[in-house]
Amino acid sequence: MIDLYLSLPIWVQASIKGLVAIGFLIPVAGACSLAERKISAWIQGRPGPNRARAWGLGHIPILGSMLQRLGVFHLMADGAKFVFKEDVVPGHVNKFYYYLAPLVALAPSLCTIVVVPFGAYFDATTESLKPLILANVDVGILAVFAIGSLSVYALILAGWASNSKYPFLGGVRASAQLISYELSMTLSVIPVFLWVNAPGPEATLSLFAVVESQSQPGFLGGTWFVFLMPLCAFIFLVALFAETNRQPFDMPESEADLVGGFHTEYGEFKWSIFFVAEYVHMTIGSGVFVLLFLGGWNPLPWVPLEPLISGLPVWLGGLLGAAFFLGKTFFFIFLFMWVRWTLPRFRYDQVMKLGWQKLLPLAIANVIFYALAIAVIERS
Amino acid sequence: MSFKTVERKPLTLAERTYVPQIINGLAHTFKKMVKPNETLEYPEARPPIPEGYRGVPTLVKDPNGREKCVSCQLCEFVCPPKAIRIKPGEIAADADTAHVEKAPQEFDIDMLRCIYCGLCQEVCPEEAIWLQNVFSVSGYTREELVNNKERLYQLGGTLPDEHFKWDKKKAAEEAGNAAH
Repeated sequence: MIDLYLSLPIWVQASIKGLVAIGFLIPVAGACSLAERKISAWIQGRPGPNRARAWGLGHIPILGSMLQRLGVFHLMADGAKFVFKEDVVPGHVNKFYYYLAPLVALAPSLCTIVVVPFGAYFDATTESLKPLILANVDVGILAVFAIGSLSVYALILAGWASNSKYPFLGGVRASAQLISYELSMTLSVIPVFLWVNAPGPEATLSLFAVVESQSQPGFLGGTWFVFLMPLCAFIFLVALFAETNRQPFDMPESEADLVGGFHTEYGEFKWSIFFVAEYVHMTIGSGVFVLLFLGGWNPLPWVPLEPLISGLPVWLGGLLGAAFFLGKTFFFIFLFMWVRWTLPRFRYDQVMKLGWQKLLPLAIANVIFYALAIAVIERS
Repeated sequence: MSFKTVERKPLTLAERTYVPQIINGLAHTFKKMVKPNETLEYPEARPPIPEGYRGVPTLVKDPNGREKCVSCQLCEFVCPPKAIRIKPGEIAADADTAHVEKAPQEFDIDMLRCIYCGLCQEVCPEEAIWLQNVFSVSGYTREELVNNKERLYQLGGTLPDEHFKWDKKKAAEEAGNAAH
């Protein structure tokens, strides 16, 4: 099996790996939409969707009832509904860009997975930890930011192509918001990479290297960056909320004042693509946060993964590493939802004020402080 | 005019970062999340119906199984939306309760007209018509929503009162004051 895989041309191998990653991300995005409904229900003291019961699966004695209580069949029904609904295109839209926008939304969010490692396995031949990643390239975080921020074009395109005032306002807000918070986000990760790239070996922006430097022996080496640089983590998290358009920063959508924001004129499958793109963006954003600040696949602070899995079979070790990483990522997705159903939305001027007058100066001061601190530490 | 200016304290630094407030809010919603649900899963779980609730009007029988209605038609007359239609009938002369003389031959309550006011129950001299705790009525046709006599008794059941008005009347008739 593995020999057959290795004998394939490199581009086929890459395509298979990519399809597997996409095949994992899209169901996760779907499950997120269900989790969103369930968590909102639990917070509001309701049971949430729990009625639908499919033939077949629903008839398995205990599992069927459990799936029904969790609303899994609602998820399937929703998915099927989006695929089979009539494709309505309003007459006043710019057709080409109207169709292009959902694709532009989905493609960058799926592309970022290429440089995000989602686990690690122990390679016996080199006796070291290797990342489970599509492409372990040195640009790492830079690629995530560069490609991830392309998704703002989708919102602008959708808002403009809809040729209607609310989507347009949504698009304008989206572009302003994403640009404002992009700056703080990028600045907040600079201290991390200053710390990771000690003078000497070749410099890297790879996310794998970040996790590596959080799994060193010793007290300082094993500390997750969230303890070492709490302010960076905080700024990154706030900016992440803004970048993924989640409450309390969901300006581009803001159901109350903009109907649905940029996707007001979208329906059926095209709308669901926006939806999936948003959740994929959120999943990958959470993943990047976990890699940068929460030790990636290391189970606990000061407990690296490598000695745990070095004795195990490769597939089991890899699965374990991925499980630790995904567990933390899913916690962050839960946090996104938890915050959404707790906080009210900021006003537009508050979002701008927070971004430019509070977060950006804080991020700059933070960079300067850590740059000086790291210089002092490395000199001594 | 005298009014007082309420002094608003300026926000502290912690308050201006929103962070303590957000954490408080998150703690609150987390508590709500692990608490049992506030809602009922309606068709399976029903809310408790308070005493004296005015639900669907029904006809009741006394503990001996005698139908209490004597078709005096007071409810029919008092009914504001004219939902009640009664066709009076006579009780057979050889029946045990022949001395009651009358019973409804037909008794229809149109639930599409009924306004659940409870005047029929209030006016009934025999305590034969009761608004009970059924609050959800549905049907596919208009005819289905007219409750006939059989259906009304089925809904009403037996009222466990101990008046036995007509039994006492019969005893008095037969034995005079000796009955007491």
